Amino acid sequence: MTADQLLPLLWQAFLETAWMVMVALAVGGVCGLAIGMGLYLTRPGNLLANRPVFAVLNLAVNIVRPIPFIIFLVALGPVTRAVVGKTIGIEAFAFAMCVMSSFVFARLVEQNLVSIDPGVVEAARAMGASPLRIVRTVLIPEALSPLILGTTFLFVGVLDMSAIGGYLGAGGLGDFAIQYGYRQFDWGVTAVVVAIIIVIVQLVQWLGNTLARRALRR
Amino acid sequence: MPTATGETIISFREAAKVFDGRKGAEVRAVDGVTLDVRAGEIFGVIGYSGAGKSTLVRLVNALERTTSGAVVVDGTDLTGLSEARLRPVRAGIGMIFQQFNLLSSRTVAGNVAYPLEVAGWSAARRRERVRELLDFVGIADKADVYPAKLSGGQKQRVGIARALATNPKILLADEATSALDPETTHDVLALLQRVNRELGITVVVITHEMDVVRSICHRVAVMEHGKVVELGDAYQVFSAPTQEVTRRFVSTALKDRPSVAVIERLRTRHAGRIVTVGVDDVTGSSAHVTHVLREHGVDGTIVYGGITEVAERPYGSLTVELVGPDDAVRAALAGLRSVTDVVDHGTARDPLGAPDEGNDR
Ligand SMILES: Nc1ncnc2c1ncn2[C@@H]1O[C@H](COP(=O)(O)OP(=O)(O)O)[C@@H](O)[C@H]1O
Ligand SMILES: [Mg+2]
Repeated sequence: MTADQLLPLLWQAFLETAWMVMVALAVGGVCGLAIGMGLYLTRPGNLLANRPVFAVLNLAVNIVRPIPFIIFLVALGPVTRAVVGKTIGIEAFAFAMCVMSSFVFARLVEQNLVSIDPGVVEAARAMGASPLRIVRTVLIPEALSPLILGTTFLFVGVLDMSAIGGYLGAGGLGDFAIQYGYRQFDWGVTAVVVAIIIVIVQLVQWLGNTLARRALRR
Repeated sequence: MPTATGETIISFREAAKVFDGRKGAEVRAVDGVTLDVRAGEIFGVIGYSGAGKSTLVRLVNALERTTSGAVVVDGTDLTGLSEARLRPVRAGIGMIFQQFNLLSSRTVAGNVAYPLEVAGWSAARRRERVRELLDFVGIADKADVYPAKLSGGQKQRVGIARALATNPKILLADEATSALDPETTHDVLALLQRVNRELGITVVVITHEMDVVRSICHRVAVMEHGKVVELGDAYQVFSAPTQEVTRRFVSTALKDRPSVAVIERLRTRHAGRIVTVGVDDVTGSSAHVTHVLREHGVDGTIVYGGITEVAERPYGSLTVELVGPDDAVRAALAGLRSVTDVVDHGTARDPLGAPDEGNDR
């Protein structure tokens, strides 16, 4: 195929990837923050210590996180059908990405929160702050820098998941590289996709590092 | 001078805190403490690491709840209060920490404003109050700096400003100077003293350093294994400790009394009779000693000792070589004994005193 024919297809694939990644990043970011915060708060000895809740959350994260995404995609099928209404297409695929990224990010968030000096939480408690206020004004601001880096890490992870979008007919850059590069023996097309992905990852990494450094307040 | 009114502001009644240790073993961190802290005083709690001091002080603002007994703060029994009801109680008690515990994501001003935000002050009032507080602790120029840029002493000043923000009646200081060098420790203790005197705030000072108690505390409780083993005026506890643990603490802050080894050397170095005479707020200085010696025609040379202040009153001892005719020395000793406490170490030829006398220090 000629470049004139390929270019619109490439743009289409780029938009599909951008959409999937943004949705999964947004949903995974919010849900992951919530689950990770829940893990941290309910851990024995912490602010809202609750052994059963902690055990359930911890187990869920431990089960979901290590499953290879391509297998998780299939295993989640019934849930995807119940929520999205179908198991094929970009929506179904993005849904699976959202679920997986939530659990991946949850553990990252929890690990970042654990590194906060418990003395600071104690000081806020001693000043009469409620748990919700502590989450809002102590935990998130104090862990902001690693949370930004965690989000950068999540972005790369989500981009990685999006590469197999072709399996569910979700398209995207990965699908484009396979269809028009690999299958057509056109190494040039593959190289262009790889270059685009490298540029995006570098840009996001740079942005994350810059913001994280600014949030560090040192 | 103490501003204590004698009214009780914090009352522990058989208060106990038992933690579930590992493998079901119980840790009795605070074990049946009954104790009153009076309004307006600086009250010290001293003990070795693990004695239960932090747990005791955390019962006051209910960061820990008693497992039995009661803690009454400013007329409110904290026992059984809900978490929501405890929050205003906590907001009315200031607390400072060994590691300062400042929010690294906020400037100095932002840290001091935090408790005011919790208490719902308007932004304008907060700004004014923060400025006032930073002036009081002497770091007004650091308002817009982040804590990472401050020295330990400056951080603790921020901690103190933050703790005082909502005009608390009580300030709890858990090892507030333990991470600071001696000079900074001195400055921070002086600031705590100002907080007590100028603002009339009751200060509870937790420490493992007797020097802290010596320099600012009016009264002190000595803790060991979760129990208060000695309690009284700082001066009295220093001058007449009744417990072994107290004696060990006192000896770390007062270095005026010679050890057995030092006495040994003093006796070989000086031919006369070596005696240690106490100096307290009754004798005040060495004037009495000089007077008695002159009366009996005995020469006295100071060979060891020191006079310092405990709770702002003079305290210490002088070790003196007495030279003169035997009778005169004996009479002078009797004379000294009538004005102060005297330990007679004898001479090299005729040493006196039990081997453990004078403490090993
Ligand atoms: N949250 C806790 N869980 C279990 N044991 C604790 C806890 N806090 C303190 N302890 C134990 O209680 C005892 C007293 O501790 P603490 O009050 O911190 O002593 P101090 O401040 O005098 O060093 C120690 O043996 C400590 O290990
Ligand atoms: Mg302690």
